[in-house]
Amino acid sequence: MTDDSLTQLPKKRFKIINLIWLIVLIAGLFISINVTNTHISVLLENFSQFSDIFVQMANPDWSYFPTVIPLLLETIKMAVLGTIIGSALAFVYSLLIARNIIKNKLVTGVLRFIMNIIRTIPDLLLGAIFVAIVGIGPVAGILALSVFTFGVVVKLFYEAIETIDPGPIEAMTAVGANKLQIICFAILPQVMTYFISYSLYAFEINVRASTVLGYIGAGGIGLYLQQTLQVFDYAKTGTIILVIIVVVVLIDYISSKSREALMK
Amino acid sequence: MTDSAIEPMIELRNVKKVYDKKVVGLKKVNLTINKGEFVVVVGLSGAGKSTLLRSINRLIDVTEGDILIDGKSITKARGKKLRLLRRNIGMIFQNFNLVKRSSVLRNVLAGRVAYYPTWKTIFNLFTKEDKERAYEALKQVDLADKVYARADELSGGQQQRVAIARVLMQNPKVILADEPTASLDPQTSLKVMEDLKMLNEKHGMTVIANLHSVELARKFGQRVIGIRAGEIIYDGKMSATPESVFTKIYNGGEDND
Amino acid sequence: MDTTMKELPSKPINKKARLIHWLIALVTVAIVVWSCTGINFGGIKATAGQIAGAIFSGIFHPDWSYVYNGSGEDLISQLWQTLCIAFLGTFISAIISLPFAFGAAHTKHKKWYTSRIGKIVLAIIRSFPEIVLALMFIKAVGPGSAAGVLALGFHSVGMLAKLFSEAIENLEDGPNDAIRAVGGSKIHVIMFSILPNLMPALISNTLYRFDVSVRSASILGLVGAGGIGYPLIIALQYRQWNRVGVILLGIIAMVVVIDWISGMIRKKLV
Repeated sequence: MTDDSLTQLPKKRFKIINLIWLIVLIAGLFISINVTNTHISVLLENFSQFSDIFVQMANPDWSYFPTVIPLLLETIKMAVLGTIIGSALAFVYSLLIARNIIKNKLVTGVLRFIMNIIRTIPDLLLGAIFVAIVGIGPVAGILALSVFTFGVVVKLFYEAIETIDPGPIEAMTAVGANKLQIICFAILPQVMTYFISYSLYAFEINVRASTVLGYIGAGGIGLYLQQTLQVFDYAKTGTIILVIIVVVVLIDYISSKSREALMK
Repeated sequence: MTDSAIEPMIELRNVKKVYDKKVVGLKKVNLTINKGEFVVVVGLSGAGKSTLLRSINRLIDVTEGDILIDGKSITKARGKKLRLLRRNIGMIFQNFNLVKRSSVLRNVLAGRVAYYPTWKTIFNLFTKEDKERAYEALKQVDLADKVYARADELSGGQQQRVAIARVLMQNPKVILADEPTASLDPQTSLKVMEDLKMLNEKHGMTVIANLHSVELARKFGQRVIGIRAGEIIYDGKMSATPESVFTKIYNGGEDND
Repeated sequence: MDTTMKELPSKPINKKARLIHWLIALVTVAIVVWSCTGINFGGIKATAGQIAGAIFSGIFHPDWSYVYNGSGEDLISQLWQTLCIAFLGTFISAIISLPFAFGAAHTKHKKWYTSRIGKIVLAIIRSFPEIVLALMFIKAVGPGSAAGVLALGFHSVGMLAKLFSEAIENLEDGPNDAIRAVGGSKIHVIMFSILPNLMPALISNTLYRFDVSVRSASILGLVGAGGIGYPLIIALQYRQWNRVGVILLGIIAMVVVIDWISGMIRKKLV
């Protein structure tokens, strides 16, 4: 090794790309602030109004509590049914687009494309559309949640199917099994726990969404949100929000713990 | 050693396999294997041993040529015919390929699915006889006590023997073994090879095994086939094959055979 | 084969596991059956099929004139607004989330209850319906995109801080110890070890959240907090199916493009 005297620290290669990203970020901030008219001054001026409402909500109207229970139950029912229908459809559909089951790239390509399109519509927008189609009520909500669940579960599930150990599939093919038997013996045992886990995850999201679907008329407790806000009865709104928070946190907790136990 | 009746069981005629229009897996292979033979295939990794074996039961489709199993073309078979032909070919793999989360019993029973209508297998309606048969198969490989254990609770050697039991369930005419001992220790490897020998001698099944261990090949094979770069460069009775042949097969390079 | 078939021993039953499985199955079935009760399935409008068909055809014959007409109310402008709301909201959220994330992360040096409380606080923030937050901000700053930005910014903290805290928990202790070993203070540890190691995860999670925010921003428009949700619901109410169609196409296009770009960037990061 040559014994050069300590040379200068070589200049760090200046990465243009990082500078570009920084500029994009700052430009983006300026543009979006202008487009959305979000000026801090506005917020600070009206902050008292905001906190006013918040304080009123923080004093919930407890007598309102019994009134909200029936719709709360309806909310949960919507979430359950939406999850079940969506997951069931997703189960079958995922098997059709997994490339280790269906070799025809055209078929899987087209079906994946359709799935990706369905996935892009957010849950509440689906709710608005279904309200327009089937009218006001929980059916719209259930349909919206089913479609949304479908999108969420299919993506997760087909990716899980594609990453399984291909060995058992080979073995079953060698034995002379047909596609259904291969799915039953080699694939499902490996992925069933994932499917249930993803369905529970979808259920979590659905409960969250269904609490608000009522706001646009798709059933559930959101209806009362709309009503109480309209008449500025923030105390009652506070009750509803409290109930929502408790239910969502509870169900999240149960669902996460179940999924953990499942994956062990 | 059985003096096999000269009845062809597997015939490869002008078989060629090209991957992705570029890589040649098998160049013009002509091969006949007779009923009851115990053939070992040797060669370097990537020489084409696996391709050869997997074309026999069409886990790999060949680009050209015809392959006959007991007189029937498997290359031309489709759908149900193909599955019926595969029913008669048992295969064991280097990685055992058991369904890890399923029980040993279910893994063994899976060997019989091609004998059932689909709906019965989906609802797990295997006959009592078949369950007994599975148990018997496990006894033949000394694993009867593990019948209800989950497959991933077993050691590598045990899993491979479960795979052999699965092959037994098929009651096949041919057994293909793709590097069956590559993941096992020497002692277990011997046991597995002895099980294959038992199947060949006691049940008359034709065995073709890819082996990377020359020792095992010499010990168990009756006939040895050497493959290099997708071609068969040696084919002869094991008893008549000197050590130098193996050296040549594994050395590749400038030697012309 | 051998004809002396011995009896297959019967399957050993794990009583406890069986009981648990049956219980879970029973409870699940009960919940599903209960869910079907009390819902008025017959309340579907007679015109449902017709409207569904109309929307469908609206997608295939979109109102192209709405795409861009310079009025600021057209599809492109609204989509751009939606994107800006998502961008700004996510940015604000990322800044606010960091301290929360440090509070909620469970590391060796903390008491057991600090991170527990932090996580619960985040769970509560996450459960607070975004729509309600948007409505509250509308009361404060008036209807329009600003309310959407603020609602998004605050609500996203729930998810983003959780993702950040998980990233923090996944950090290795080694580099932190190294800084401490040479005499660095807590601030030094954060600046020289934690933040640099955290950067890829921070950026990746923020991008992921941006993805989600774009969808959220479209929703917030439904209640008037700016973005494409508002024109959609107006078009639905006025039965302008062609416009509904073009808006849906616009949303799909926007989400697909953003997903794709975001995915690409995140791949480069890993």
